[in-house]
Amino acid sequence: MFAAGPVVGKHLGEYGATVIRVESRNRPDGFRVHYPPYKDNRPGLNRTGSFAIFNDSKLGVTLNLKHAEGHALANRLVAWADVLIENFVPGVMERNGLGYEAVQHVNPSIVYLSTCNMGQTGPKAGQRGFGSQLTSQSGFTYLTGYPSGEPMLLFGPYIDFVAVGFGLVAVLAGLDYRRRTGRGLHIDLAQYETGLQFIAPALLDYEVNGRVATRMGNRSPHAAPHGAYPCRGDDRWCVIAACSDDEWKALTRAVGHPEWQTDPRFATLAARKAHEDELDVLVGAWTAPHTPLEVMETLQAAGVRAGIVNRLSDIFADPQLAHRRAWRELPHAELETFHYETAPFALSETPAELSPSPLLGEHNRRVYQEMLGLSEQEVERLITVGAIE
Amino acid sequence: MADETRRLADSGAPAPGGGGILAPYRVLDLTDRTGWLCGRILGDVGADVVKVEPPGGDPGRRLGSFYRDDPDPAKNLAWFAYNANKRGVTLSLEAAGGTALLRRLTQRADMLIESYPPGFLEACGLGYTALRDINPRLVVTSITPFGQTGPYAHYRGSDLVAMAMSGLMSLVGESGRPPLRVSLPQAAMWAGMYAAGGTLVAHHHAQVTGHGQHVDISTQASLLWALANAPAHWSLLREDLHRAGNAMVGRTITGARMRAIYRCRDGHINFIIYGGEAGRRSNEAMVRWMTESGGAPDSLRQKDWGPFNVATATQEEIEAIEGPFAAFLEKCTKAEFALESVKRGVLGYPVADAQDIREDPQLAARGSWQRVEHAELDATLTYPGPFAKFSAAACTIRRRAPGIGEHNDEIYRDELGLSRRAMQALRQEGVI
Repeated sequence: MFAAGPVVGKHLGEYGATVIRVESRNRPDGFRVHYPPYKDNRPGLNRTGSFAIFNDSKLGVTLNLKHAEGHALANRLVAWADVLIENFVPGVMERNGLGYEAVQHVNPSIVYLSTCNMGQTGPKAGQRGFGSQLTSQSGFTYLTGYPSGEPMLLFGPYIDFVAVGFGLVAVLAGLDYRRRTGRGLHIDLAQYETGLQFIAPALLDYEVNGRVATRMGNRSPHAAPHGAYPCRGDDRWCVIAACSDDEWKALTRAVGHPEWQTDPRFATLAARKAHEDELDVLVGAWTAPHTPLEVMETLQAAGVRAGIVNRLSDIFADPQLAHRRAWRELPHAELETFHYETAPFALSETPAELSPSPLLGEHNRRVYQEMLGLSEQEVERLITVGAIE
Repeated sequence: MADETRRLADSGAPAPGGGGILAPYRVLDLTDRTGWLCGRILGDVGADVVKVEPPGGDPGRRLGSFYRDDPDPAKNLAWFAYNANKRGVTLSLEAAGGTALLRRLTQRADMLIESYPPGFLEACGLGYTALRDINPRLVVTSITPFGQTGPYAHYRGSDLVAMAMSGLMSLVGESGRPPLRVSLPQAAMWAGMYAAGGTLVAHHHAQVTGHGQHVDISTQASLLWALANAPAHWSLLREDLHRAGNAMVGRTITGARMRAIYRCRDGHINFIIYGGEAGRRSNEAMVRWMTESGGAPDSLRQKDWGPFNVATATQEEIEAIEGPFAAFLEKCTKAEFALESVKRGVLGYPVADAQDIREDPQLAARGSWQRVEHAELDATLTYPGPFAKFSAAACTIRRRAPGIGEHNDEIYRDELGLSRRAMQALRQEGVI
């Protein structure tokens, strides 16, 4: 459901695994129902981009786990699979007869990933929640905001995708273990704990120095100037990070103000940090008449770290992302076309290949008949009795 | 030499990985702080990771916070956090003796991860094709700001540059004020994590076919995933979402915004109104809690949450709900909310800081913290433990991060068989 589980499977699918997305028609994935954007702003089970972007490169089937024959069919899928990925709150899979113990009976060598907010154990294991909220529990939003201002949202379920990366690693490590030993394993991944990996230095800082890290806007203790600066255009911004005195000197020359080098307020990092407000005003006055692209090209040519604050539209036009084929525009029966997003790693010999996200139940016949070997009549019957929804 | 080319997996020697599930494999880690996490993750799942630092130590040891604020490169906390589960050797790629030594190490390795600017290793005679000639099974993973090729491949990167170029910053911060990054650098985390994923995809292929390959990680592209479903708004509707501070955008087709972070007595709480079955249960539980505390207005108590759909809600409807919730949450503490939300099934969490996280009973109950001995500091420090629990083998911190050149003898002398005199010569030449 949603993102943290499905995207692990999507990445495996991009690199050649046959991934089957098992869904319920009575209780569809929340992204099919409650989450814009919808094609033409009209809701519909197959019309949402939020489902599409997380579920490409998979086959889609429907199944009613509450039906005895649906459950039997699920077990046939379990027997077929190398990996099972679920992200329900703990206990749901057990209640559906698909907990690790039960699944292990059917397929002892399965790699079984359980990914949920709080993990399979502990007093909060049963707590439901969404990634946009867990991002706060894991410390990220506390660390995001203007100095002495309120915490800011990180757009959405930031932590879900932290859990995706770690979930992918866990499954791949598990597959290696399985290949060597013939044995399966259960992975208990708490998305909360994966988030802590990303803030580990701040947790150690609290532990050994008693310091609680907090919001600093875009500033850095190790660099100045270091921030987002206004550019020409409506809400256009660039970023600049001068991480050494040499980079600062290169910046002053590139922007035509070599005299800043000899200004005692800016001569050293410590001096620039002490006069950072004044420094930011000067740098911002230089950037303001330029486009973000001009700033980036001018400064990068001088060896200074600078970039464009890309908007959504910009990341689809970004020549570097285009060069990497980060987006794959593919036809889709109800979305016409959609920009699917590749994994951030590009492999030289076995490149990613994406296929469109499935319509609800799109591959029922292909999976149940061609892959599991059921007859057409049997599939018809399972549909009639409600085992296949 | 035969012994040297034998893979660790087949050598019968006790695995330095200590029984983790990837214990038979060795990783050479040539990254700087923009890629440290990759090796740490592979070490967590048991690989024998050897961190290769320049003589004098990785420059990243000098940035950030330090043990008891003593700015000693041996006491850097980010170094501790992201180089645990690695052994450490020093090696200079600037010296001919250094590249020769790295070639010998490469013969015994299964994976090599690096974060030099594109072209740097080629110039040292250690580009991907040269490494493949030494060891055809080797997976080489390169972590850079923008990738190995392309128009920005040679641009210089930083955390801030990656956060901006990925598009994430445009969605974070208040409207009309500068876009924001996270104050604690995150880009290297995303790149390092996905590097571990990509490395293991290629490793799987290498184990099955005997052929390694080159894995190219872009930090910019890694952060694209932090945008979650936002790119779909442009793909389907050609819509640029705009940052809205502590409110969610892109959740409704009416353009209405929903508050997600509310003030409370001692900080902030993340509470979001959801629809669907999960939202109905949560909203009802919240209103019941408010009622019991004497604070729910009729409009909320009589509301039928069943048909409530966030996607089609108007700004007016959302504000009528948010107002009473805000007034109620303002009187809560973070700890009260944490407790009651679990008990009552309310969707939400405190906006936790490092102390809140450290004191969370959930993490204590799960054994999420791990005590790691630092004999060199005469101390035992509590770390956040590894990222998951595996039923088959421990995923745990088995060793603290190495000191500068701590395992030179163990690896160069004991494993590669260099003589004392050869080691001495390498030291004098500044190779190790």
